[in-house]
Amino acid sequence: MSQSDPSSSPNMNSDPATNPLGQSNGFYFRFRMLLDKFMRYGVAFGGISIIIAITLIFVYLLLVVFPIFHGAELDNTKEYKLDIEPTTKTLFMAMEEQNEVALRVTSSGEMIFFDTQDGSVITRQEPDLPKGVTVTSFANADPAEATFVLGLSNGHAMVYQHRYKVTFPDDKRLITPKLLMPLGESPILIDTQDEAISHIAVQSNEEGYSLVAETADKRLMLVSFAKEESLLEDSVTFERSEAELPYPATDITHLLIDKDQRELYVASAGSNITFFDIQEKSDPKLLQHILISDSGAELTALASLTGGISILVGTSDGQLAQWSLVRQENNQEQLVKFREFESHNAAIRQIIPEFSRKGFLAFDDDGQFGIYHTTAEQTVIRKQLTKGLEQLALSPRASAMVTLTNNEQISFWKIDNEHPEISWSSLWGKVWYESYPEPDYIWQSSSADNDFEPKFSLVPISFGTLKAAFYAMLIAVPLAIMGAIFTAQFMSPTMRKTVKPSIEIMEALPTVILGFLAGLWLAPFVESNLIGIFLMLLGMPIGILLASYLWQHLPQRIRFVVPDGWEGALLIPAIFLTGWITLTLGPIVELWWFGGDVTQYGNHFGPWLDHNLWFVITALLFPILYLFVVRAKPIQQQVSRLSSDGLRNAANLSIAIVVCLIVGKLLTPVIESAFFDGDVVAYFKDATLAFDQRNSIVVGLAMGFAVIPTIFSIAEDALFAVPKHLIQGSLALGATPWQTLIRVVILTASPGIFSAVMIGLGRAVGETMIVLMATGNTPVMDFSIFQGMRTLSANIAVEMPESEVDSTHYRVLFLAALVLFAFTFFFNTLAEIVRQRLRRKYSSL
Amino acid sequence: MQIRDWFKSGNPWIWLNAAAVSASLIMVFGLLVLIMVRGMGYFWPSDVTEIQYIDKQGQEVKLIGEIWDEEEVSKQTLTDNGYKIEGPLDYVTRYLLKVGNRDIYGNDFRLVIQPFIKKKEIPDDLVVVVRREWGNLYGYLTGIKENGQPVQVSDAELWNEFQKRTDRVEELHDQIVEIQKSDIGEINHEIEKLRLKRRSYELDNELTEENLAELDRERKIQDDLYAVVQQRLNELNKLIVRDSFSAQVQTGQITEVSFEKVVKAYKPNQMSWFTKLGTYFANIWEFVSDEPREANTEGGVFPAIFGTVMMVIIMAVLVTPLGVIAAVYLREYAKQGPLTRTIRIAVNNLAGVPSIVYGVFGLGFFVYFLGGNIDRLFFPEALPAPTFGTPGIMWSSLTLAILTLPVVIVATEEGLSRIPRSIREGSLALGATKFETLWRTVIPMSSPAIMTGLILAVARAAGEVAPLMLVGVVKLAPSLPLDGNAPFLHLDRKFMHLGFHIYDVGFQSPNVEAARPLVYATSLLLVLVIIALNLVAIQIRNRLREKYRALEG
Repeated sequence: MSQSDPSSSPNMNSDPATNPLGQSNGFYFRFRMLLDKFMRYGVAFGGISIIIAITLIFVYLLLVVFPIFHGAELDNTKEYKLDIEPTTKTLFMAMEEQNEVALRVTSSGEMIFFDTQDGSVITRQEPDLPKGVTVTSFANADPAEATFVLGLSNGHAMVYQHRYKVTFPDDKRLITPKLLMPLGESPILIDTQDEAISHIAVQSNEEGYSLVAETADKRLMLVSFAKEESLLEDSVTFERSEAELPYPATDITHLLIDKDQRELYVASAGSNITFFDIQEKSDPKLLQHILISDSGAELTALASLTGGISILVGTSDGQLAQWSLVRQENNQEQLVKFREFESHNAAIRQIIPEFSRKGFLAFDDDGQFGIYHTTAEQTVIRKQLTKGLEQLALSPRASAMVTLTNNEQISFWKIDNEHPEISWSSLWGKVWYESYPEPDYIWQSSSADNDFEPKFSLVPISFGTLKAAFYAMLIAVPLAIMGAIFTAQFMSPTMRKTVKPSIEIMEALPTVILGFLAGLWLAPFVESNLIGIFLMLLGMPIGILLASYLWQHLPQRIRFVVPDGWEGALLIPAIFLTGWITLTLGPIVELWWFGGDVTQYGNHFGPWLDHNLWFVITALLFPILYLFVVRAKPIQQQVSRLSSDGLRNAANLSIAIVVCLIVGKLLTPVIESAFFDGDVVAYFKDATLAFDQRNSIVVGLAMGFAVIPTIFSIAEDALFAVPKHLIQGSLALGATPWQTLIRVVILTASPGIFSAVMIGLGRAVGETMIVLMATGNTPVMDFSIFQGMRTLSANIAVEMPESEVDSTHYRVLFLAALVLFAFTFFFNTLAEIVRQRLRRKYSSL
Repeated sequence: MQIRDWFKSGNPWIWLNAAAVSASLIMVFGLLVLIMVRGMGYFWPSDVTEIQYIDKQGQEVKLIGEIWDEEEVSKQTLTDNGYKIEGPLDYVTRYLLKVGNRDIYGNDFRLVIQPFIKKKEIPDDLVVVVRREWGNLYGYLTGIKENGQPVQVSDAELWNEFQKRTDRVEELHDQIVEIQKSDIGEINHEIEKLRLKRRSYELDNELTEENLAELDRERKIQDDLYAVVQQRLNELNKLIVRDSFSAQVQTGQITEVSFEKVVKAYKPNQMSWFTKLGTYFANIWEFVSDEPREANTEGGVFPAIFGTVMMVIIMAVLVTPLGVIAAVYLREYAKQGPLTRTIRIAVNNLAGVPSIVYGVFGLGFFVYFLGGNIDRLFFPEALPAPTFGTPGIMWSSLTLAILTLPVVIVATEEGLSRIPRSIREGSLALGATKFETLWRTVIPMSSPAIMTGLILAVARAAGEVAPLMLVGVVKLAPSLPLDGNAPFLHLDRKFMHLGFHIYDVGFQSPNVEAARPLVYATSLLLVLVIIALNLVAIQIRNRLREKYRALEG
C-alpha cells in the first residue's frame, strides 16, 4: 500500500526560526503554521465527530429500546396518618387520574375524599341510611367505571359513582370530587324478604347496571337495570328485571360480574367457582363449575382482568393464576387456566387490575406486594411492604398508588412501569392470548380500544424475514456464484469487460422498481404460469446441457467460429428457447394433469396419477437406475462390445428404461399403499392448493434478482484474484480446467465466496420495498412456498408511521430495527474480516 | 463421445456456469426492456376500437375503448366465471378493454373474450377526451353548447370548433391555477404569518394595543387583496363553465360534459403515424412537466421529480463536506493502527445496514428528538402544530446523507490512497505545510474520486424509498418545497418523490389497473436517471484509474 504518513517528514514539525522560508516572511509563515495546526485539529475534531455521529445510530436505537427491558420502579414519596375514628375499617380505596385525590370508603359507609399528598380531608359524606340499618357488604365495579355499591342489612343496596371535575381557576389545577347516585338517591330494594346482604357484586356500563347479591339466608339474587333513554325528554329511566340463581353447594366467598355484564362468577368455600351466563337477565344459565385449587387452599381474592375475558384468582396458599374464557368446539365458553404467576408465601389479600393494560397488582397477608403482567407472563416488580397492609388504590394511569395499613398509616407511592407487556417470553415465546384456543406466536400490534391485548411476538415476522431471505438466496446464490465462476475463470476478457459492469448496474436499480414489477407484473405472471415456471426451473439445466451437448457434436468448422470464453453468449438463444418451450408447455401440462386450474388440482390430478403412477415412478427412478446401469460391470462388459459411441449410449438408455419399467411396476402397489393410503383418487379428492398471489416464489425471484449483483461482484473479485500461477501449475500437472476450478480455484477463493454470500444475506434480510410490495404482508407462520409473509423491515415500514411516540409498540419497532442493524452489521463484519484475511493470504502467495 | 465421458470431462458444468451468467444478463436486460417498452408505450396515442359484442346474458352490445392488454385464458377458468364456450379450443384470447367513461359505467375496464366478438373496427370519428375527473371519455362528438344553447356548426366544422373551445378553456384554466397557486398561496402564507406573529406576542406577553392594531391593519390589507383576487377568480370561473359538449358513448346514450373538465382531446384513429409521434412527444412533455391528476393516477409527475431533485441536492450539500472531512481524517491525519482499521471496517459495513434502519433512526432522532426540540425553542407560536417536529424534506435529506455517508467516505479514501507518495513528498519538499499539500494538491487530484463517491451517493439516494416513507415523503404535497414566498426554501415541508410515487400509485391507489402504465413510465424515468448517474460514475472511476496508473508508472 502506498500509504504515506507525511506528518513524520521533518518539514512539518520543524522550528519556524530555523526554516529558511519562514525567515523570509515571518508573519505569513506563522499564519500558515497556525492554519496548518488549526486544520489538523479541526479535521481531527470533525472527522472524529462524524464517526461518532455514525455510531450514534446504534446508541440511539439502543437508548430507545432500553426502557422496554427496564423493570418497574416503586418509590414511596409520602407517608401520613389519617385522622379517623379507629373503630371503622376501610372497605375500599380509589384514586383519580391526576393522582391528587383519593377516595376511602369505611365500614360504616362513610365516603371520604382526601388529598393523596398530605391526607387532608377534602369532603366526607355519610350514606343516607334508614335508622338501625348498617352496611353489611361492599363491592366495586370495573375500575374504569368508578362505580361501587353498599349492601345493607335490610336487603337494600346503594349504588354510587365517584367523579372528578377539573377546573383551572387562576391557572392552577383544581380537582373537585363528587359522588353520584345513578340509580336514585334512595336505597334500591334487592331482596323482597328484607334479609341482610352478605355479599354483593355490581357492574355498570352505558347500557345499564347489574347487581348480584347473596342474602344472609343463602339465596343468590340477580337484579339488573337496563337503561332506557327517552327520546323526547332528557331523562333516563331504568327497566328492572330480576332472577334468583341456584345457590352453590358451599358458602359464597366472592361474587364477580364481568365488564359486559354477560358472565357471573360465584366463588364459594373450597375454592369452587360457579360460572353463570347472565346475558339474559331474567334467565341466567349455569355453565360450568370448576375447582381452582387442588391443594385444598381457599380462594382469597378474585378480580376481573381488563377486557372482561379473564379472571384473576388468588388463594390462601399464595398462588396467583389467570383463568380465561375459551370457546370450545361446541361453541360454549369455558374457563380455562391460562397461567400461574410467581407465588406468594401468604394468602393473597387483594388483586387490583390495571385500568387499561393487561397487568395487575396483588399483595398478601404478609405485606408482600407485586406487579404482574399476564401477556408477558412476568413479575414486573416484587417488594416487601409493611406488614398489615389492608387496602390499595391504583391510579387510572397506573403511575401511582396509595396503600393503607391496619394502623391507619397511609403511603403514597409513585410507580414507574411503562412497558410491562414486554418480556423475553412475550417477544419470542408462544403466548396464550385471550380468546385464543391455544398458545401461539402472533403479531398484532394495535387496535382501537383499551381492552385489546397487544400481541408483540417477533417470531412470525422474524420467521417471515428468514423465509424471504431463504428463497431469495435459493435463487441468487447458485446463479451469482456460478456466474462469478464463469466470468472470472472462463470468460473472454472482452466479454468480461461489458458483463461485469452490466451486472453491477443491476445493483443500482432502485428496489422500489423491482418491488413494483414483482407485485404487479411478476405475481400475476407467476399465478397464470405457475406450472410453466416450475417446468422452467427444472427444464433450464436440462435444456442447457442438451444445447451444449449438441454444440459439441457440431462440425469443427462451425465450432471454431466462436472462440473459447463466449459460451455465455452462445447459450442466450438456448435459454430463450428453453424458456419459451417450458412456458408453452406449462398450460398444456396444467390442463393435462390438473384440469386447467392448478389451485383446484385434486379432482383431476388424483385420477391422472392413479392412471399413470407406474410411469411417474419409472420416470423418477430413471436417473438413479441409469447411473446403476452405467456402473454395473456385467452390463458394461456386454455394452462395450458394441461398435460406436452412439450405439453404446442407446444400449445403456434402453437397458435403463427397461429396468425402470420393471422396477416401477413392482413398486407401484407398494407406493400406492405407503403414500396414498392405498387409493390415489380418494387421497387427492377435493384437494386444493392454498395459493396467495404474492407469495414466496415471487419474493424469491425478485429479491434474488436484487441480491445477485452483490454476491456476484464480491465473489467474482475473489475468484479473479486467485493467483494465476496456482491455476497454471494445476493445468500444467494435467488437471482439466474443471478439476483445476474445483480443487484449486474455488478452494482458494472460498472465504471470498463465503463473505459474498454473507453480504448478500445481509442485503436480503434488510430489503424493505421488495417484500413490502411483493408479499401480502400478513404475519403468518407458514412454510408453504405458495404463501406470503411479513418481514421485520416491511413491518417497520407499515407500522412505524402510525405508532405513538414512546409507546411500547414504538419501542418494539425500534427493537426490530435494532435486530436488523445488529444482524446485518454482524454478518457484514464477519464477511469483511474474512475478506481481509483472504487478501493477506493472496498477497503472501 | 460417450455421455459418461462428457460428464467426466467437466465441460457440462462449465456450460452450466456460463448459463448462469447468461441468465443473469437476460434478467437485467429483460427487466430494462420490459420497463422501457411498457413505459414508452404509455405515451403512444393508441387506436380506439369499436366492438360488437355478445355479453354474458347473450345480448349484443357495442363497446368502445382501447385494447389495453390481451392474454390466453384456459376454458376452465372462463367456465368457472360463468361463460359458455363452445368449440374445441382449450385456450381463448381475452382482451382487457379500457372503456373509460367512469362516470357512466362506473368501471374503467371491461374483459372481452375473443369468441364473443362479432365485429371489430376502428372508426375514424371516435374521440378520446382526457378529462380532469372520471378518466377518459370515448365516444362520438355530437354537438357543442354555449351558455346552454346549441352552437350551430356543420358536422365537418364540429371538431375544429371543439378544439378551439378546448384551447380557450385551457388558457382560462391556466389563469385560474396561476391565481390559486401564486396569488392566493401568497396571501394565505401572509395570513398564516400574521397568525403566528399574534400567537408569539401572546406567548411573550407583548400583545399590546398598538401591536394588535398593527396586526389588524396588516390583516386588513391581506383581506382586501384576497377579495380582489377572489373576485377575479369568480369571473374566470364563470367564463370557464360557459361551454359544454355532448358525445355519444358506447351505450348509445348522449352525455354532456362541460369544457371545464377537458384537459385535451384527440381523434387517434384519424391521426397519421407522424401526428401520433407529435402527440407522443407532447404527452412525454406533459408527463414530466405537469401536476398529477385524479389521485396521482393521471397527469404528470413534475412535483415528484422536483421533490426528488431537491432532496438529493440538499443531501449532496450535506454529505460531501462530512464525507470528505471524515475520509481525510481517516486517511491523512489519523494514526494508522488497529483502531483506524476497525473504524474503516465499521464505516464500510454501515453501507450494508438496511436502509429502513436509517429511516427508523431518522424518525426517532431527527424528527421527534431534534425537530421536537427545535419547535419548542424556535417555533413555540406554532405549537401544538409541529414545524420541524414532523417529517419533512430536511430530515429526509439528513437521513439519506447519513445513509450515503459511507459511500462517500469509502470512495474518497480510495481516491486519497491512490495519490502517489511522490506528489505529497514533492509538495512538502517545496515547503508547503501539510494542510497546504492537502488543499492544493491531494484533494484536487482526488476530486474525481470524491465526485464518483458523490454520484454513487446521489444515485443511491434517488432510488431509496423505505427510509423516506418514515421521514418525509407524502403521496400528494400541496406545495413544492421551493416557492416565491419568503424564505423561499421551506425545509420543513413534506415532498413528493418518484420512488414513493411508484409505490403509492402502484399499490395504494384505488384504480391500480388504469394507473399501471403511468407507474411504468415513472419507473422508466427513475431507472434512466439512476443508470445514467451510475454510468457517469463508472466512467469517471475508470478514467481516474488510468490517470494515476500513468502517474505511478
